Amino acid sequence: MDELRRSILKVIGVLGLSAGFPLLRTFASENVVPNEPVSTPSSKQLGLVLDIDKCLSSAVRDACISACRREHNLPEITANPERKYKWIWTEDFGNAFPDHAHEHFSETLKKQPVLVLCNHCSSPACTKVCPVSATWKRKEDGIVMMDMHRCIGCRYCMAACPYRARSFNWLYPRPDIKGADNPVYPTRTKGVVEKCTFCVERIRLGREPACVEASKKVPGGAGALTFGNLSDPDSEVSRILREKRTICRQLGFGTRPNVYYIV
Amino acid sequence: MNDKKMIILGLVIFLITVTYPFWYTLLAGAKVSRPVLEKPAGETRCIEEKAFMTANHMQLLNVWRDAVVRNDIAEYTSTAYGAKYEMSLTKTCLKCHNKREEFCNRCHGYVNVNPACWNCHNEQKGIN
Repeated sequence: MDELRRSILKVIGVLGLSAGFPLLRTFASENVVPNEPVSTPSSKQLGLVLDIDKCLSSAVRDACISACRREHNLPEITANPERKYKWIWTEDFGNAFPDHAHEHFSETLKKQPVLVLCNHCSSPACTKVCPVSATWKRKEDGIVMMDMHRCIGCRYCMAACPYRARSFNWLYPRPDIKGADNPVYPTRTKGVVEKCTFCVERIRLGREPACVEASKKVPGGAGALTFGNLSDPDSEVSRILREKRTICRQLGFGTRPNVYYIV
Repeated sequence: MNDKKMIILGLVIFLITVTYPFWYTLLAGAKVSRPVLEKPAGETRCIEEKAFMTANHMQLLNVWRDAVVRNDIAEYTSTAYGAKYEMSLTKTCLKCHNKREEFCNRCHGYVNVNPACWNCHNEQKGIN
């Protein structure tokens, strides 16, 4: 009996190994071949250029953040940082650009606030992990879009995004909405992930994102935020990127951000 | 085999419990009346014919949702009247149907459905 058992186990073992062998080759080749071509053919890619110096004015930053809050009915959470809603928010320079904040970087400059938001990456990590296609990259204009109806709240996208540009509705958000009442923009519900959408609802009407519009109304805010089509060489954003010294957040992740910073 | 009485009693109680919804509705049937809806004042028609809207408004809203969110198309052309509308629950539907309690909720309550639309979408009067 034991002899039979041994021989059966041997056969199973050999079969199992031979079945696994082709898989090993697949894994090995996937490590070598990149998932996507480096340049995706897109007729239009919307992007934003922020001037770090002009955004040092707290009036400009506050105008942008509160315009976004009013436009999208964002809840105001002060107590629990994990529950904060981050569509556009401020981050210390050292945290926003850890690659640039080297050992001898000035401590004061490291602490300077920078406006950050979803980078609407050309190769986004968040859209690839979504199991229900609730988030995807729009082919028409390159916006990383979110479908709140379809989101199941698994938060894979939040884990995937290296810029922490996504927020989760841990609780029903409406009781925390203060000082914002835009009835035509839906609030969200408990258990969905939300993020900056470059104000798709305004772009559809030919308007600029709320933050860009608000920054222009603040004294000294002109040129702080510039929005436009990066694929169009004649656009204002393309002109700035050609002429000025600009950086991106953590290029090393390979997500190819479309939000640029003038330094 | 001396439990015959208890078994029959148990069966009777079981049958009464199981058939309760049927005979209760029959007895109380006169009390339940079809919902009477308060229609928007000053409007003569909806975006499509009434029978179509009554039967298919939920499918229409699903089509609108996918068109706007996933395909960025926001204009709807009425098949019955040819008029153009913005595909928006708050801006288009609730502009006329501004009394949710007297219109939407009456039917939804009658047929016992709880659509989740208003968890996020606002009425025109505002949030909360």
